[in-house]
Amino acid sequence: MAELKKEQEPVDATPHVSEVETVDAATEAEAVAAIDAPVSQGEPILQVRNLVKHFPLTQGILFKKQIGAVKAVDGISFDLYAGETLGIVGESGCGKSTVAKLLMTLERATAGEVFYKGQDITKLSGRALKAVRRNIQMVFQDPYTSLNPRMTVGDIIGEPFDIHPEVAPKGDRRRRVQELLDVVGLNPEYINRYPHQFSGGQRQRIGIARGLALNPEIIICDEPVSALDVSVQAQVINLMEKLQDEFNLSYLFIAHDLSIVRHISDRVGVMYLGKMAEIGTDTQIYDHPTHPYTQALLSAVPVPDPSAREGRERIILTGDVPSPANPPSGCRFRTRCWKAEERCATEEPLLAIPERFVAGTTPASHESACHFAEEKDVVHAA
Amino acid sequence: MPDTTALTKSTDVPAEAQTPAATDAGPAPGKPRSLWSDAWHDLRRNPLFLISMVLILLLAVMAIFPGLFTSASPRDANLAEHYLQHPKWGNFFAPDWLGYDVQGRSIYARVVYGARASITVGVVVTIAVTLTGLVIGMLAGYFGGWLDTILSRITDVFFGVPFIVGAMVILTTFEERSVWVVILSMAFLGWTSIARVARGSVITIKQADYVVAAKALGASTTRILTRHILPNAIAPVIVVATIALGGYIAAEATLSFLGIGLAEPTVSWGIDVSTAKDQLRNAPYVLVIPSVMVSITVLSFLMFGDAVRNALDPKMR
Amino acid sequence: MTTIDKTAHVPAPRESVSGDGPLLDVRDLHVEFHTRDGVAKAVNGVNYTVSAGETLAVLGESGSGKSVTAQTIMGILDMPPGKITQGEILFRGQDMLKMSNEERRKVRGRKIAMIFQDALSSLNPVLSVGYQLGEMFRVHQGMSRKDAKAKSIELMDQVKIPAAAARISDYPHQFSGGMRQRIMIAMALALEPDLIIADEPTTALDVTVQAQVMDLLAELQREYNMGLILITHDLGVVADVADKIAVMYAGRIVETAPVGELYSRPAHPYTKGLLDSIPRLDQKGQELYAIKGLPPNLTRIPAGCAFSPRCPKAQDICRTDVPPLAPVTEQDGLELVGRGSACHFWKETIHG
Repeated sequence: MAELKKEQEPVDATPHVSEVETVDAATEAEAVAAIDAPVSQGEPILQVRNLVKHFPLTQGILFKKQIGAVKAVDGISFDLYAGETLGIVGESGCGKSTVAKLLMTLERATAGEVFYKGQDITKLSGRALKAVRRNIQMVFQDPYTSLNPRMTVGDIIGEPFDIHPEVAPKGDRRRRVQELLDVVGLNPEYINRYPHQFSGGQRQRIGIARGLALNPEIIICDEPVSALDVSVQAQVINLMEKLQDEFNLSYLFIAHDLSIVRHISDRVGVMYLGKMAEIGTDTQIYDHPTHPYTQALLSAVPVPDPSAREGRERIILTGDVPSPANPPSGCRFRTRCWKAEERCATEEPLLAIPERFVAGTTPASHESACHFAEEKDVVHAA
Repeated sequence: MPDTTALTKSTDVPAEAQTPAATDAGPAPGKPRSLWSDAWHDLRRNPLFLISMVLILLLAVMAIFPGLFTSASPRDANLAEHYLQHPKWGNFFAPDWLGYDVQGRSIYARVVYGARASITVGVVVTIAVTLTGLVIGMLAGYFGGWLDTILSRITDVFFGVPFIVGAMVILTTFEERSVWVVILSMAFLGWTSIARVARGSVITIKQADYVVAAKALGASTTRILTRHILPNAIAPVIVVATIALGGYIAAEATLSFLGIGLAEPTVSWGIDVSTAKDQLRNAPYVLVIPSVMVSITVLSFLMFGDAVRNALDPKMR
Repeated sequence: MTTIDKTAHVPAPRESVSGDGPLLDVRDLHVEFHTRDGVAKAVNGVNYTVSAGETLAVLGESGSGKSVTAQTIMGILDMPPGKITQGEILFRGQDMLKMSNEERRKVRGRKIAMIFQDALSSLNPVLSVGYQLGEMFRVHQGMSRKDAKAKSIELMDQVKIPAAAARISDYPHQFSGGMRQRIMIAMALALEPDLIIADEPTTALDVTVQAQVMDLLAELQREYNMGLILITHDLGVVADVADKIAVMYAGRIVETAPVGELYSRPAHPYTKGLLDSIPRLDQKGQELYAIKGLPPNLTRIPAGCAFSPRCPKAQDICRTDVPPLAPVTEQDGLELVGRGSACHFWKETIHG
């Protein structure tokens, strides 16, 4: 079990770096070295700056002509600190899953930077990129499609070792896979089974074990429990929290379920139509939201407790989220916002601590992209 | 009552971790089940499959070891003694069992030896077509973009050529037409349907999360294609290929019958049918027997393909 | 052809027929599936009733049999592999399982309508929304094309689709998820059914849209005085609209209760576990309570109480005897109307 612990990583890294330096590309070696260096708790491990992803809309079969773009992610910035969980919430089409893909370098960013330990991963390639991939892993939403049905559990969890053979010597792999199964609460004897012999919750554990195999520092979780049954969701959430403590992981937890995000997150960012609407600690966002969208989102969450919901105000938004191919001018939320005025259509509100709260030290003093930000508690009964 | 074991264990670890498959999983907890074992389970119980399998095995043995079935040679011609000698139905497996043809050759021997050409052409063309189609389809489907555009247009062009007519055109350019020439010309034209099926299948599979997961791990393209895409995309390709096999055997017979496929001295059912057509009135058995052999062979492979499709196609379940 | 004025016309015939007895009465329903892995017992003796104007929420996880029960009522169960082995489904006192196909078809579709989770796959992508809505009137009520179109616009207005007249010739993919679900609701409403079965109607929708659609459904139900069966796995969604809740587990109803009571005082350990395992929006807890283990395999349901392997309260009796759905009372024996629990230890669960 000890091999899986993070403390071992620096020891591992040193011989690895010296081996890399013999390769001619010195800069690449430097990048790999930087990537493999440890980061102390509370330092930013991932810094996202003005990240943009536009998917071109084309017309024509032979000669494709761009006629527009879906602005899936349109300039977002945030930091992820070592050892913390940053929750990202938003409705479908807000771009949260695209953010996950960009951070995993599965999609190429249109503009902007993602700094991982000072290295801009959007510009890396080759060995340096591979080193980044070892350190940033992902847990997928759908446990039914994220595991190859033709591979045994042992092959699935062992695949990271095949791709990054330096992490575990060949003779050691079977034992490592069985340890991983044990860590995620599955019987190590299941190693030769196929994914379809497991239930959704068990499959998600297999997916988590695969994500843990390379001792990553960051795990990006894209709706990791939304496909699971309620009684199994809690098991998986508890497991993820346990693993975070054990392996000092940083989580980027993307979900639409605000209750679960609050439970697991240290900080929360709210996205709307490719922009970050509001970001702060879980208390700041849930108990002292200042952006109207956050307030509406929170008030719409059904609460399974009739006594708690009685005094609650419900803000029911009208209409749907506009198309990201043609977002509204100015503030993107203005078309559904009850506070919208002239200014919202012309001037885009920036994500910053609102002026009226800048001086104070209240929990409302956190970044919010609204011209008319004001505090409103919609979660607690009046 | 295996489930109760969970109750005595500690509560903080999920019970699923401790009771080996007691609470879920299939009926045979120890035995891994895959698509192929499921398919095999279905096939073993399918009479259509069993019958076709027996026939195919018989034909395969006949093609490899024709000497086991008859002592007569298919090329021994004795016009004086056996010219159009009628079958002696009682003399099972004797050279004169099925009679003699217009050149005084044993029809039984020719039928036995003719299996080799048909089966060779069918199997080799299928293998060649599957490999070519799979590679082209996978490249087009996985990489997309301009490569897909080019490969798909080429596929369309080949697909537009009528198979028999195309093969005729190619074959007429050859002076000597051996089995391999026939195989090459058929494979040259036949890969398109496999390529199309493979491309479609790959396009679906490449969007699956497990492929994305492999990419996120930094897996190479070769690894993704061989470990993730191919094993999952292969099933529909196999279905199309097994069904096509029967078609290639029929096509070989057709081409040989038309006189532009295999040629003497190769022994082939198609050639025999062709030479027998002049004697249809006075000796119909000379034509009927090789024709029946072609039909049985084609039918066996079609039934086999059908059974495989039913077993592999999840929608049929 | 007279256009029907809904508000004036609808309530009248309903009151006369719904005077006594429930609209739908499911009695001791058993459904099995014959699969290669054995016989999956999906529904094992389900009883519930719905009256006009009442909303019953059927709550359960995947494999609990909640959707199979609904499919059986609607007659859209795949048979085979499905098989109804026992039970009655009484609609206004008549057993639908004994009806002729013709009679049954008249009830289903006209009197009982269903709303599905995935609106996009339930609508035909190559026909315009207006055509699909109008078809209901043309086929079932023999309306002319023009009248049917007018009715369709009226319906789309009623489910609050903005600019209904302009959007009537649009195709399903041109609508957003929330709008498509409204169209599904409009189609279900078209023939003014007595009962609507909604199977996870808002699961595929975003939170802000979920609230809109649930409100709409509740409003229309009141207006039409319909019975509504709401099938869901989401404890939060039902709390707002349901009158009573039936919690299902492994093909059985394990607890029934009026909506408020279920949340404040659950009488079955499964319900209690579910409620405890949901994180709260208004407070940050420590470790989440998790029901251990997994839902049972329906081909091998544990003996006794199906929940016993996962239950913290399980005793020996739970592993041998199936607990019946017993009425739940106050500590002093005062009956709690509408409450029942299929647990040997319901007293300890609710009062302990």
